[in-house]
Amino acid sequence: MKLYELTIHEANQLLKEGEISSKDLILSIIERIKQVEGKIKAYVTLNEEEAIKNSEEIDKQKDFSNPLSGIPVAVKDNICTYNLRTTCSSKILENFIPPYDATVVKKLKVCNAVIIGKTNMDEFAMGSSTENSAFFPTRNPWDLERVPGGSSGGSAAAVAAGECIYALGSDTGGSIRQPANYCGVVGLKPTYGRVSRYGLVAYASSLDQIGPITKDVTDCAIILNYICGWDEKDSTSANVPEEDFTKSLVEDVRGLKIGIPKEYIDEGIEEDVKSAVFDAAKLFEDLGAKCEEISLPHTEYALWAYYIIAPAEASSNLARYDGIRYGVRAKNYDDLIDLYKKTRSEGFGAEVKRRIMLGTYALSAGYYDAYYLKAQKVRTLVKRDFDKAFEKYDLILSPTAPSAAFKIGEMVDDPLKMYMSDVCTIPVNMAGLPAISIPAGFSNNLPIGIQLIGKAFDEKTILRAAYTFEKAVALEKRKPQLD
Amino acid sequence: MERGENVKITKETVEHVANLARLYLTEEEKEEMAEKLNSILEYMDKLSELDTKDVPPTSHVIPIQNVFREDEVFDSLPLDEVLKNAPDSEKGFFKVPRVIEE
Repeated sequence: MKLYELTIHEANQLLKEGEISSKDLILSIIERIKQVEGKIKAYVTLNEEEAIKNSEEIDKQKDFSNPLSGIPVAVKDNICTYNLRTTCSSKILENFIPPYDATVVKKLKVCNAVIIGKTNMDEFAMGSSTENSAFFPTRNPWDLERVPGGSSGGSAAAVAAGECIYALGSDTGGSIRQPANYCGVVGLKPTYGRVSRYGLVAYASSLDQIGPITKDVTDCAIILNYICGWDEKDSTSANVPEEDFTKSLVEDVRGLKIGIPKEYIDEGIEEDVKSAVFDAAKLFEDLGAKCEEISLPHTEYALWAYYIIAPAEASSNLARYDGIRYGVRAKNYDDLIDLYKKTRSEGFGAEVKRRIMLGTYALSAGYYDAYYLKAQKVRTLVKRDFDKAFEKYDLILSPTAPSAAFKIGEMVDDPLKMYMSDVCTIPVNMAGLPAISIPAGFSNNLPIGIQLIGKAFDEKTILRAAYTFEKAVALEKRKPQLD
Repeated sequence: MERGENVKITKETVEHVANLARLYLTEEEKEEMAEKLNSILEYMDKLSELDTKDVPPTSHVIPIQNVFREDEVFDSLPLDEVLKNAPDSEKGFFKVPRVIEE
């Protein structure tokens, strides 16, 4: 077993026992990156020198009581890292060096995590394939002709290819879960408010959440323990009691009531994906849970309400990129307005411009009621569907995405088709609920996963069910063929 | 995708919105934008199928309001860090083109 193939918990065991050093781990990752990064292109910025220095200091302290200590993490490039370039995969921030750490980064540094680099994404998190990166697309380690998903494609690909032990992503409409699904790894979006958004470059403030992308459910629970928590710097962060999520890592789903929404298993979903969900349901039932078909009647409206709300919030959030205080500024301009327009037009990519335009239109005078206000009311209906379901059920089981990873270039010219790949994940963000995507099998050697959605702040039940499923399904340890 | 009767977004609308959003679009981009936005908005019309007369809007999913902090003064980001990424700065200020008319 190569060191880069270890999970957090396996690495921590070896570090505690003195079998390996943090530097050994970092060097193994760096070697792996040298080996495969040319094909995958998961990273925008690498932090190798600093990482090696950090690992040497950590090895000197010899304290691996914290499970994340000395272990390399990849951070999505929309999360601010002090003194380490943070671009959101956009030209407009290609020279931005954050003067502060995001709260989650600060928390990981306290654990002595080692940041190995910043991962590629769809520009400003707007996309479902990482093809909207201003720099280059990232490739799926399982098939280099295919997308890793998005917008946290770099993070998911890096974990799947062994270019880091775990990663942080962000999820606004599925951007952690969908790429985790396409890359055959675990991705969790916590309840809205669980993890501080301070230092996460805002896309849609009422929907964004940071979360872990990992090789297994155990690692997910470990990370959650350290990144969650109320933050006075994030006025939308929830003040809920601390939990030890590793306590949920037990194999027991007896008595759990699981609903499978029929709207999520319709004609748009591929047969292999449907089978994976039904097989999972059968497995849960064999283990003592009860699975039933349910209905979330407003599901189809959630997608369209999202594509008004998210662009509207984005048009407001991205107004700050004006070339004045940070980021790129246009070279030649006649006056202030010209400076703004040239800077933004040169700095933003096509999909970002499209969503800013859509959002600005939806919020403009005369259209606000018809679009934005209407979408917010639809959001209430979507949330109510879930609330009603959770009166009777403990978890909801569904596909994470309608298919396995699609080919690079297949959907990039058809934004509507691209948006449809998020049809199973978007409603979850609209309701602010927690959800996980876990590997469930393969379709033509491409990974497919299932999604488990839980009640607000009930990550512990999601983790318990996911852990049980992972152990029971015991997927053969297939690895992407990269060598 | 049918076009014609439901064309909401004209080139003029695109120009107006682009101005609001402080974006320049080429003539080709304006046409493409109008087309793409129209097709997206045609789907949005599905939302008008729903009766939401008595439904309150959700702007925020968790029930918190008016999160304030104590009005205490404390150190913020040092000036040199603030100006570190400035495209143009002078004597501790961000430098911008003239904004006040003569």
